[in-house]
Amino acid sequence: MAKGILYRALLVLVLTVGALIYLVPTIVGTLPEWWTTLLLPSRKISLGLDLRGGAHLLLSIDMDAAIEKALDQNTDELSRVLREEKVAGATVVRVEKTLRVRTVNPEAKLGAEKVLSDQFSHLTTEKAPTPAEGEIARILSDKELIRIHDYAVDQSLETIRNRVDQFGVAEAVVQRQGGQDILVQVPGIQDNKQLEELKKLIKTLAVLEFRLVAEGEKSGETIILQGQEREPLSGKMQRIPYTLEKKVLMTGDLVQDARLRPSSDLEGPYVELVLNDRGARQFEKITGDNVGRRLAIILDKTVYSAPNIRERIGGGRASITGNFDIAEARSLAIVLRAGALPAPVTIVEERTVGPSLGQDSIRQGMLSFILGGSFVIVFMLIYYKMAGLLADAAVVLNMFLLMAALAAFGATLTLPGIAGMVLTIGMAVDANVLIAERMREELRLGKSVRAVVESGYERALPAILDSNITTFLSGLILFQFGSGPVKGFAVALCLGIITTVFTAVFCTRLVYDYLLARRSLTTLSV
Amino acid sequence: MELIPHNINVDFVGKRLFFVLMSAGINLLSIILLLTWGFNYGVDFAGGTVVEARFQQPTTPEAIDQAVKTLALEDLSIQDLGRDNTTYLLRFKQGEQNVDIANTAVRTALATAFKETVEILRVEAVGAKVSGRLRQQGFLAVTFATLFMGLYITFRFEWRFGVGAVIALLHDVLVVTGVLILTQTPFDLTVLAAMLTVVGFSVHDTIIVSDRVRENLRKIRRTNLSEVINRSINETLSRTIITSGTALMVLIALYVIGGHVIRPFALTMIVGFITGTYSSIYIAAPVVLYFEQSLTSQRKVA
Repeated sequence: MAKGILYRALLVLVLTVGALIYLVPTIVGTLPEWWTTLLLPSRKISLGLDLRGGAHLLLSIDMDAAIEKALDQNTDELSRVLREEKVAGATVVRVEKTLRVRTVNPEAKLGAEKVLSDQFSHLTTEKAPTPAEGEIARILSDKELIRIHDYAVDQSLETIRNRVDQFGVAEAVVQRQGGQDILVQVPGIQDNKQLEELKKLIKTLAVLEFRLVAEGEKSGETIILQGQEREPLSGKMQRIPYTLEKKVLMTGDLVQDARLRPSSDLEGPYVELVLNDRGARQFEKITGDNVGRRLAIILDKTVYSAPNIRERIGGGRASITGNFDIAEARSLAIVLRAGALPAPVTIVEERTVGPSLGQDSIRQGMLSFILGGSFVIVFMLIYYKMAGLLADAAVVLNMFLLMAALAAFGATLTLPGIAGMVLTIGMAVDANVLIAERMREELRLGKSVRAVVESGYERALPAILDSNITTFLSGLILFQFGSGPVKGFAVALCLGIITTVFTAVFCTRLVYDYLLARRSLTTLSV
Repeated sequence: MELIPHNINVDFVGKRLFFVLMSAGINLLSIILLLTWGFNYGVDFAGGTVVEARFQQPTTPEAIDQAVKTLALEDLSIQDLGRDNTTYLLRFKQGEQNVDIANTAVRTALATAFKETVEILRVEAVGAKVSGRLRQQGFLAVTFATLFMGLYITFRFEWRFGVGAVIALLHDVLVVTGVLILTQTPFDLTVLAAMLTVVGFSVHDTIIVSDRVRENLRKIRRTNLSEVINRSINETLSRTIITSGTALMVLIALYVIGGHVIRPFALTMIVGFITGTYSSIYIAAPVVLYFEQSLTSQRKVA
């Protein structure tokens, strides 16, 4: 018996010391170096966005646009390869989701089919519409659609993560959620303006293109894009149309770096592009071939500027000037550096909490935690005397272990999470109430102290276990279906049940057994 | 000290017809409310935007309405949250693509009208796709929770107890539903979390009584079931009242000082804990008894 008590006491001691170690990172702001070299835990309880303030944005990737883009690329690519392979008399047209190759003779059709099966195996006839006479019809295979989907998600995730990282806020989270959504959580957003910057930074497609401004007949096919210019007198933004050549001379994937250049006396802030080697050569050739013409720099279908090419430009540097302020120029530099999104993203859910509401919530949550907790502790002490005191000690140890468990799991504490802890205090004493009421019943039967303790615990146990398991089950279900703050509540609830059973049953029993073994317990006070 | 005398002997089972009928009536009312008024769904489940703003100087809903008038917001409602004309909640519908556009416009409009005296405390904008998904998940969560609870009790006790517990918890969910509709509490994710906790607690409480019934059935075989149940309820009454009492105290603390964000959550739990306690006594036990009696009468017929 005495041995059993020793082992059990050791277990409680080890757990308590362990809990203390896990709580150190949360309590101490910066950990000493020897702490980490000893491989001691460094995770801490972090506060959820609803408590520290911040922005939670759920982005949905426009998959239709990604597929559109892939179809366009395949059309261009197929035309190019057919040309290169010298398949004469075959033209590629895209009709909705189908690529149709129109051929003038059987020979051309054979040639085109060979090119398709050799180099375009991701295009399939399966489920494709029946082709007309002398025509080949192909659609994107299911496998290719999945590849496009995955690529769009991975690439968007990567790009947005790069951009958010450069936004300059610590502990931002960018992660995939569900099939094609991306969750962005940025703590500590201070004001409206910063939030707008963040949203713009995330949503900008950042497709950079260089095209020549059209000049009369020789320009071939043209398109019209809008440009923005600030009216000198009123300062209002004006839209002016540009007629541009359809051919894209260069795109943003050749950009190696983009830097913000501060404003000077002559002009406002601008962004300097540093091109990679291939980009530098291409840019030199473009500028060399088109001296005297105007080169339009287009970002997301808006013409930023269209300067005159005065001479051949070597060295791989180009600049984007426009009418932007320093913040806009900074965002522009970030998006160009991080690269373009493979498809547009839209915000489908936004939750932002200002810093002051978070502060209020912490204060009010803590206050109700302390007040509710004190009430329970005082009540138990008065009502159950020594058994109540034990239960109170168990509740305190319980909270301590629960905090440590939250820290060990790196859990996030949310406002519902605090509520979950408050509720845990309220419910934790249930086990002790059950045991104490049992003891009272057994006492009335006139049993010995030892028998009262033993049957009190044993008889109460099935009810304690069954009732806690069901609450645990509902916590698990909450965790499975909940998100964000609700998940925080579920975690607190479930961990709280485990620590409750341990402290309220195991630990208090240990004290009784110890006292019984020392024969110092002659009367029970419940 | 004893709040409930240990030799208490209330005839709970004898008056069961009255309480079952009363509960059935209340539940029927809840169902009618649910079908007619329906939940006041928050943006989590209905989609839409809420903007919570605090003003340094007290202002009127009319002034706020004036400030955002040009935006022509769909279904705009303006609610004074603190009832002191300084904290307001604006709710409106927004487009599906880029749900942030509308609230950005509102922030800008408020900043223009009230300058530095307005502070945006919180914004929640949920698109229809997301709210649809959340609604579906919420429905599944409550369904699964109810199912698992019933299965667990059937497994641990007997099927009669399982059915009793499930009927009691459905009763509790319906009572909470009725109160939420009557008070027009916005039904959102945290309220759903509270509801699921109520489901857990309701069963928790039923188990305590069922456990005692199970134990007493083993001890005293000869007495009839209704006596055993009544005795078990009386024996556990002190524990029931004290546990529910302490839990209610902390919940009331949460409701009063936890702040307005957590208030609907606390309200749901307070109502749920009261009805959860009541239903373990007056609903779960009579259901067990009903099955017992219908089984014995069947046996007699056969």
